[in-house]
Amino acid sequence: MSTQVTEKSDEKEEAESTEQSPGERRREEKAKRQQEKEAETPELIDEADETVELKIFRFDPEVPDKEEPRFDSFTVPYFEGMTVLDGLIYSRDNYDSSLTFRHSCRQAVCGSDALLINGTQRLACKTQMVDLEWPIRVEPLPHQDVVKDLVVDMEHFYEQMNAVEPYFDPDELPEEDREEQKQRPENREKIKLSTRCIWCGACMSSCNVAAGDNEYLGPAAINKAYRFAMDEREGGDKKEDRLRILEQEHGVWRCQTQFSCTEVCPKDIPLTEHIQELKREAVKSNLKFW
Amino acid sequence: MSSTYDRGTVENFGRWREFSAGMWAWVLHKFTGWILIGYLFTHIAVLSTATGVDQAMVEANEDIYTNTLQDLEELVIVRFLEIGLLSVAVFHILNGIRLLMVDLGVGLESQDKSFYGSLALTAVIAVASIPTFLGGVF
Repeated sequence: MSTQVTEKSDEKEEAESTEQSPGERRREEKAKRQQEKEAETPELIDEADETVELKIFRFDPEVPDKEEPRFDSFTVPYFEGMTVLDGLIYSRDNYDSSLTFRHSCRQAVCGSDALLINGTQRLACKTQMVDLEWPIRVEPLPHQDVVKDLVVDMEHFYEQMNAVEPYFDPDELPEEDREEQKQRPENREKIKLSTRCIWCGACMSSCNVAAGDNEYLGPAAINKAYRFAMDEREGGDKKEDRLRILEQEHGVWRCQTQFSCTEVCPKDIPLTEHIQELKREAVKSNLKFW
Repeated sequence: MSSTYDRGTVENFGRWREFSAGMWAWVLHKFTGWILIGYLFTHIAVLSTATGVDQAMVEANEDIYTNTLQDLEELVIVRFLEIGLLSVAVFHILNGIRLLMVDLGVGLESQDKSFYGSLALTAVIAVASIPTFLGGVF
């Protein structure tokens, strides 16, 4: 409390003496920018040639009005090159600051903004509005519990990812102290696509089997297992262990090759192909006639 | 986090418009599979209860088995159902081959094309079978 009071008196003093501390100047600039932005906003929507309507899923267990899920419509200005995430950010900044969604890098790397957009799992930051049918319907990922608005509980997804023990456990380490572990270029090429996973959860959400069987590892986790199982630097024992996890009842055999995951993967990982290869791998390790 | 909202799995079939080729192939494969099982049991039930061993009747082509078959074939709906049965079986076989290829890891990039291909081939075979099944009905 006491600091606040002194700050206020400082402000007055400084305003009078026109002598500003750096923090004061920053605050002032920030307020100015905010004002400019606010003044800009209505113009922005007039400036735009087109507006696009976003129908956004809303739910908040802590607000009585939002306890029953509903869709809210936001009209946002459309500019060339605009992504769905841009539209969401505009809606949040200008209409409803309580609109909640995850986003971070805005360039399809962090994997936090996978949403159900017009009925398909996509990354909001990577989805151009122009490619979609308008109005655009934005929902949280299906088959995951909704925490608030577009935010879903990803805990189960992360559990499945960790269930395949996604780490290296090589049989032998290089002899010299700081020697690298070498990998043939061909082998790198083989696992290249599987390493692209950004843990966005789009595949798991699109998978019909995962929806019905909560214990199913899911495409992302199996792909993660593939990434290590197919790596030549992986130790033989570890590979066997991992195959044992994969060939369980809720492992690779649950996949019914619907190709839903492959279809929605924003990083174009051939998930079904990887799952099928691990199925063959599991058979090979169990059937030995020689 | 006080509580979460479970939207359930119902939306799956509500989203049929967004189904991709692989999903449709899966749905149709299950569907045709159940029809074939249903047909198989009906087939066994009908034919196993339609056997009579009266030698005189057999020679006169008047035994229960012949009569049952003739009665069935007289019904127009049965003729149409036979075309349906053929298409269902053909699709199930073709898609089964497609799934075999998928399991072997052959041509996974063109899995949607092979699905459309099996649909088209099914249609062609069904159309080609019409003269055989519907011959003499109208």
